[in-house]
Amino acid sequence: MADTDEPSWLDQDAGPVVRAFAVTRGRARPIAGSFDLMAHVVAVNPGSARPAHLQPEHHAILALVMEPASVAKIASELDLALGVIRVLLGDLMQEGLIAMYDPPGGAEALADDVLQAVLHGLRDL
Amino acid sequence: MVSETSEPHAGLGRPIPLGIKVLVSGGFGVGKTTLIGSVSEIKPLHTEEPLTYAGVGHDDLAGVEGKRTTTVAMDFGRIYLSDELVLYLFGTPGQDRFWFLWDELALGALGAIVLADTRRLADCFAAVDYFERRGTPFLVACNCFYGEQPFNVAEVRDALDLDEGVPVMLCDARDRESSKRVLAALVEHVMRLRARPAGPTSGAARPAAVTP
Repeated sequence: MADTDEPSWLDQDAGPVVRAFAVTRGRARPIAGSFDLMAHVVAVNPGSARPAHLQPEHHAILALVMEPASVAKIASELDLALGVIRVLLGDLMQEGLIAMYDPPGGAEALADDVLQAVLHGLRDL
Repeated sequence: MVSETSEPHAGLGRPIPLGIKVLVSGGFGVGKTTLIGSVSEIKPLHTEEPLTYAGVGHDDLAGVEGKRTTTVAMDFGRIYLSDELVLYLFGTPGQDRFWFLWDELALGALGAIVLADTRRLADCFAAVDYFERRGTPFLVACNCFYGEQPFNVAEVRDALDLDEGVPVMLCDARDRESSKRVLAALVEHVMRLRARPAGPTSGAARPAAVTP
């Protein structure tokens, strides 16, 4: 496309043109909540008006969490660093636009029948 | 429009899935990405870590004063077992200096697969040691690169000085059925550990030798 017309003055080795935390304007910690990799996030009141100051990345997250999505999934789908996603999720949490569900207390808390279900699921895959 | 009930979900009626975390580790180039990719839809997941944290004692910072963060990429795969049950596979970053990331990954994990290449067995020592110390259930899967292994399972067990109860198996990381068997073996291993009468060890303590 247009790339061939433009002089290419940056190559892959230059790394990302914009630093990861530019999206969060340098903020490295979420203002609200802490987001486990495995926590699920879901949009709350999706019909309500959204604050005007939201960035495109916030909207992208909201679009993705119309159905429950894990923090890890959101980060990989949107191809943004985990830390950046956590800051953005904190913003959305503060605005009351998302709800978060922590994973249930680690693997020890899993019932035996859940493990059975995993085994069966794997075999049926 | 959204009804006036207290139902907060946008995905109406969709339950919050239960995510189960499994780690895939082992030395660089041993086939972690291949194994995850053979059983799941795989995507990279990256994290941007402050260098002061990630690189303490490891990164020579001379001349890179302007660089404050470093990017760490991990493999991330999802297996949808049902609407409510998802298996998450995380490939741990190969470099030892990202141990702090392992801690987050290992937290609440069901268990770990340590992938080994018997020609370079030493590469997986660090992973074995980490999971032993942390008390995370794990098994060792030897990736058969050319369809054969110069060492058998018993020799690998000896070389890694593994507890009796830690399963060692052969696998082909490219083969979906083989990778499924490895995952199933890990789940069965966890179930066996649970069925054991509660021992004195739990949490971060090194597990006692397992009596077969």
